[in-house]
Amino acid sequence: MKCDLVVVGAGPAGSMTAKAAAEAGLDVVMLEKRQEIGDPVRCAEGVSKAALKKLVELDPVWISAEVKGARLRAPDGTEMVMSENRAGAEVGYVLERKVFDRALAQDAAEAGAKVMVKTRALGLLWDGGVPSGISAQFVGESLKIEAPLIIGADGVESKVGRWAGLDTALKPKDIEVCAQFLVQDEKIDEEYCEFYLGNEIAPGGYVWSFPKGENLANVGIGILGSKANSGTPIRLLREFMKNNFPEGKVLEMMVGGVPVSGPIETTTADGVILVGDAARQSDPITGGGIINAMKAGVMAGEMAADLVPKGEVDKESLQIYEKMWRETIGKQISRNFAVKEFFVDLTDDDLNRLIHSLDGIDVAELDLRGLLKVLIRQNPKHLLKLRHLIV
Amino acid sequence: MLTVNRYKCGYCGACVGVCPAAALELVETWIEVNDDCTKCGRCTKICPLGALELVKEAQT
Ligand SMILES: Cc1cc2nc3c(=O)[nH]c(=O)nc-3n(C[C@H](O)[C@H](O)[C@H](O)COP(=O)(O)OP(=O)(O)OC[C@H]3O[C@@H](n4cnc5c(N)ncnc54)[C@H](O)[C@@H]3O)c2cc1C
Ligand code: SF4
Ligand code: SF4
Repeated sequence: MKCDLVVVGAGPAGSMTAKAAAEAGLDVVMLEKRQEIGDPVRCAEGVSKAALKKLVELDPVWISAEVKGARLRAPDGTEMVMSENRAGAEVGYVLERKVFDRALAQDAAEAGAKVMVKTRALGLLWDGGVPSGISAQFVGESLKIEAPLIIGADGVESKVGRWAGLDTALKPKDIEVCAQFLVQDEKIDEEYCEFYLGNEIAPGGYVWSFPKGENLANVGIGILGSKANSGTPIRLLREFMKNNFPEGKVLEMMVGGVPVSGPIETTTADGVILVGDAARQSDPITGGGIINAMKAGVMAGEMAADLVPKGEVDKESLQIYEKMWRETIGKQISRNFAVKEFFVDLTDDDLNRLIHSLDGIDVAELDLRGLLKVLIRQNPKHLLKLRHLIV
Repeated sequence: MLTVNRYKCGYCGACVGVCPAAALELVETWIEVNDDCTKCGRCTKICPLGALELVKEAQT
């Protein structure tokens, strides 16, 4: 088989890439190793309303819930509420990703991309020292697909970059390891996404509760890999459930890992581009990666449509993509990485003090960045190290 | 030797993402370990469910 572009992985990054490239006229093949796109889900499914609207036409079939804002809870129980309606807010919709991911793949298919499921990429094909395609397994049969450009959208477990010589392995301090239950309980707050902080609750991370409808929520935990030990996430999540939702019934469970490494050195090689979690483009503070994956996908897909016909797919030509994502989504990823590096080592006392410093201040209309600014203003000495980042 | 408890594993791919030797592969619902594994133990620490374990090879 021959085509202009092979996209490996049909998550949000892959589908947006395939759609953008196919719309612009490329002959695109997108491979997905799972037999069902989007399932099993590895996500808490929270996205910013404003950001999502700019990327895709909203469809109620894949929106589970709409929230009013976020509530942050300090280790000592002090609460702080942020409302959603600010542009750039971190929360807004809670999706149904099983449906959402497939809908994005369908959009790619409608734009003309060929989609192949239960098709796992096994390695690169090489010709004269440069990648010339992908070898894959299609429902157990071997398959070779020749293409001048390969886009790795293969998520946290990405191999495409490694095959091309990029070391994308995540250090334990650069991954949040997670477990999540879909919980049915009358105690669930259906209007707010909740975040619980504390070194005992979730070392180097947080517990979240994202509403999914009446009496239903994704309740999950993320722990910094370097602070985790075998099975820590599931153990601490069960403990949290016992303390907070003792009557809660678990309707689904899932586990996962989110990159929080900040921008990696390089996301391109001759004939190869990485997008989304494969390029470690998820947000180091929130662990949110859907929007960045989609944005990077559009950039990579459009660029591919421009460069492939000209035959300019060597690493140097692909620097346009490198530059473009670093100057857009990359800025916030870098900044939030530095902020995360600082926050993960705070004690519970530090965290309590920070949240108390907001007493009497109306933070309801702030987004994450605005909140950090206020925190710095209130705690100039303590947060000195962050000052240069948030201005 | 690295062992995978397939009854515990939640097939999330986190271990694959951290392995410095690229010795792991997630195939739908199971994890494969190849000969490149250096038994460094990194994956065992980050597995959210504790499905990975380094066990001493039996003496023969
Ligand atoms: C517990 C948890 C909670 C999260 N919560 C949120 C949240 O609330 N909001 C948010 O924005 N983000 C969240 N994220 C992050 C978000 O899920 C990811 O950033 C997002 O899915 C990245 O999209 P992607 O397309 O890059 O990768 P993925 O969605 O992971 O897609 C990669 C695809 O590639 C396929 N693939 C891999 N290897 C191959 C191969 N060799 N051949 C063929 N196919 C392959 C995989 O099967 C997969 O379908 C969360 C993550 C976790 C783990
Ligand atoms: S990290 Fe654990 S649960 Fe996830 S795929 Fe690896 S062995 Fe399975
Ligand atoms: S023990 Fe180390 S080398 Fe072996 S699979 Fe785990 S992370 Fe990879």
